[in-house]
Amino acid sequence: MTPALSLQDVRKNFGPTEIIRGLTLDVMPRERHAIIGPNGAGKSTTFHLISGRIKPSSGSIRLNGAEITGMAPYEINRRGLSRSFQVTNIFPRLSVFENVRCGVLWSLGYRYSFWRFVDKLRDANEKAHAIVEEIGLGARRHAPAGILTYAEQRALEIGVTIAGGADVVMLDEPTAGMSKAETEQAVALIRKISEGRTLVMVEHDMSVVFGLADRISVLVYGQIIASDTPQAIRQNKAVREAYLGEEAH
Amino acid sequence: MSTGVKHFIAFAALAIILIALPKVFVSGSAHTMMSLMGIMIIFALSYNILLGQTGLLSFGHAVYYGLAGFCVAHAMNYIAREKIGVPLPFIPLIGAFAGLFFGALFGLISTRRAGTVFSMISLGIGELVASSALILRSFFGGEEGIPTNRTKFPPFFGYKFGPQIEVYYLIAFWCFVCIALMYALTRTPFGRMCNAVRDNPERAEFVGYSTQRVRFIAFVFSAIFAGVAGALATINFELMNSQSLGAGQSGLVLLMTYVGGVGHFIGPIIGGVIITFLQISLSDITKAWMLYFGLMFILVVMFSPGGVAGWLALHQPLLKGGRIFRLIPAYALALVPMAMLAAGLIMTIELAHRMLVDAQSDGSVMKLAGWTVDAAKAQPWMLAIGLLVCGALGLKLAWPKVREAFAAQSAEVAQ
Ligand SMILES: Nc1ncnc2c1ncn2[C@@H]1O[C@H](COP(=O)(O)OP(=O)(O)OP(=O)(O)O)[C@@H](O)[C@H]1O
Ligand SMILES: [Mg+2]
Repeated sequence: MTPALSLQDVRKNFGPTEIIRGLTLDVMPRERHAIIGPNGAGKSTTFHLISGRIKPSSGSIRLNGAEITGMAPYEINRRGLSRSFQVTNIFPRLSVFENVRCGVLWSLGYRYSFWRFVDKLRDANEKAHAIVEEIGLGARRHAPAGILTYAEQRALEIGVTIAGGADVVMLDEPTAGMSKAETEQAVALIRKISEGRTLVMVEHDMSVVFGLADRISVLVYGQIIASDTPQAIRQNKAVREAYLGEEAH
Repeated sequence: MSTGVKHFIAFAALAIILIALPKVFVSGSAHTMMSLMGIMIIFALSYNILLGQTGLLSFGHAVYYGLAGFCVAHAMNYIAREKIGVPLPFIPLIGAFAGLFFGALFGLISTRRAGTVFSMISLGIGELVASSALILRSFFGGEEGIPTNRTKFPPFFGYKFGPQIEVYYLIAFWCFVCIALMYALTRTPFGRMCNAVRDNPERAEFVGYSTQRVRFIAFVFSAIFAGVAGALATINFELMNSQSLGAGQSGLVLLMTYVGGVGHFIGPIIGGVIITFLQISLSDITKAWMLYFGLMFILVVMFSPGGVAGWLALHQPLLKGGRIFRLIPAYALALVPMAMLAAGLIMTIELAHRMLVDAQSDGSVMKLAGWTVDAAKAQPWMLAIGLLVCGALGLKLAWPKVREAFAAQSAEVAQ
């Protein structure tokens, strides 16, 4: 089976320092894949490389078997990959509903259309409406995104990400900074939205990771040191030394 | 009330206002002024497609107004000479096409990047076009510009468009059409993505949109409508000259749009009306009117960045809640020091202008609001400075009261 996402010996240096040092990773379709690793390991950088925000220095990235290395973010998004950001990245002056609808428009083929009214697009509005409800922001639908609480903005971040119906969804620390109750809600949401899709997720909260992931990759100093099932990762000696061990004490 | 009904009422009201205005203000000079207002409304709204909707600060928007105006002047002369039977009311379409052409041409270069780079390129293109206007005399007509004659066209339902009032209605018609089209544009998928690109260009790329493409299309649209405005200017003045595409005109449209308010669709309409009114009436009263414009711009940027429309929108909840009248005492209190401040400022500017510009030729004695004063003497200066100081101190005391009153009434309405 072709992997949904496949990285081959990807490298990235900023000036003289190599941050991603020959990263190789396969994510299978419909898999929930978590990437864990210490701060500064290069997890977000890996996300940026895959989603086109920055271009790799060398190596190859494939989405459903097709080469996407070096493409612009919008091209990669149109091919069915969507990502969220570690630092909330939404449209602050647009309402919650409009934020989500912006995420919906391209995927429904409305592109740059200036000959129809956006409020009259039934499919786009229904879909946006459903997503706003799904992320639990129904009551806040008309509020400008900029005034939402942190947890609400994180939920909206996910909403905008999944709005386009991409089949590969990448979430960068979706529960960071949330309370326990908020995290539980977020996990339920992620479980629901990732059904039938490929999910790649960076996460520091181990209970979230082990609760959600089918497979886990451990990224340390720009390299994947292990990629396996949660049980195997838990028992992996190298991982325990490099990463989990630190978490334990 | 559904939004559809609201829109219908708003546009019906607009149509009625446009039709009725010349019957209320009947003088010839009023018709001249309202014609110019109509043109400037279109021009400012077209500018706001860039600034308010897409977040692009252009310093060269007059290029599209002016170039379209010149194309239209030549086209009008050609049509009249060759006796091609196009009636005058269709001429603005030529301006729209000229705007489309130049917008697409220069847009290809300038919309590749946003932010400062975009602004700098727009400034560069503005200078480039303005300086070529002085070189290419056959197209731009040098200092005099290109004259034309709007009465050489076949009559349109009997109208020859000689009298200003007939030109007013022609402009009003196009003004209505352009307002409606530009408003509609804000409510399309493309219009919403302009806002998204303005708010957060990076994220727009991650929901499938090329921000460069969005900027380019927005740029072309704004140039098309600027072209219509330029065409109407040519028809109105029967002349187009190179000042209309220069930095001054580009600055004026920025001023109008900003003072009116970039955050609301109606802002540039308000700005076009106010600034045109001030421009015409102030230039009759004082030679230092440009200085007042600069001052007003600075004050708006500093104290009311949302412009007039933003300031009005702030009061809308109070108006709806029926509590706007409770603000009158506080505002009246603040009005006294404000008036003193304004009077002091005006005196200072006028006195300084007299001494620096006119004193050599005409002497230092001048008329100020009916009073005869000598700008070389100390007394008028003392009075001006006294007014400034008292006004500033008074406002410092009064303004917290306004804030308090506003907060109190807002809280009442919120309950
Ligand atoms: N544009 C850049 N220029 C230079 N160095 C960078 C740049 N972006 C990231 N880095 C460096 O690359 C390393 C990896 O950063 P990255 O954000 O990918 O880490 P991370 O694994 O996501 O960490 P965290 O868990 O804290 O989010 C860090 O040392 C960071 O300082
Ligand atoms: Mg990170």
